[in-house]
Amino acid sequence: MSDTAIRDAISQAIAENDIILFMKGTPDHPACGFSARTVATLQALETPFTAVDVLPDPRIRQELSALSNWPTIPQLFHKGELLGGCDIVTEMYESGELAGTLGVDAPADAPDDAPEAAGPLPAAPLGIENRLG
Amino acid sequence: MPSAEEVKTRIEAAIPGAEADVQTADEVHFSATVRAGAFDGLSRVQQHRLVMDVFDGELGGAIHALALKTEVP
Repeated sequence: MSDTAIRDAISQAIAENDIILFMKGTPDHPACGFSARTVATLQALETPFTAVDVLPDPRIRQELSALSNWPTIPQLFHKGELLGGCDIVTEMYESGELAGTLGVDAPADAPDDAPEAAGPLPAAPLGIENRLG
Repeated sequence: MPSAEEVKTRIEAAIPGAEADVQTADEVHFSATVRAGAFDGLSRVQQHRLVMDVFDGELGGAIHALALKTEVP
């Protein structure tokens, strides 16, 4: 698949899915603490969402960031618009704004604080030190 | 490896009137709260972009993660 085809596929996925999360790993097996936390926050609202794993091909992340002008993963989109990454989603959840924006009723037993990701956070990826100047 | 002070200085130099409070335990993962009048009227995404643009190309590299909270004074 060419880079353009990847970018087109990403645009189409964003256009076709009301709530779509680009993440590292999958909702069941998130590969990064920030992705895990964002998934847990959406799950606390019991809202269905589409998830895309960016890890299988580095070009997915590259083209997504070029498209969204947002350098980091995860990225949550609602009706075609970037809502933000983990920090913004967490902040919006805790202010009660996230449920309203997504158009869902927060469950009565939803915690006030955004849930921490289930299980221990993965350690920082190996190899990052090699990139330090 | 950037220090918390260096990250703070760079944010404050790049965004006029910004005040940044930066924490790091390992000089790879950073957490910053940034207050700036320049954020007024911007969406959260636009506010975060202003800060992340300061570290263009370094996020995910030397700065593995920057947890960010933005505030309008």
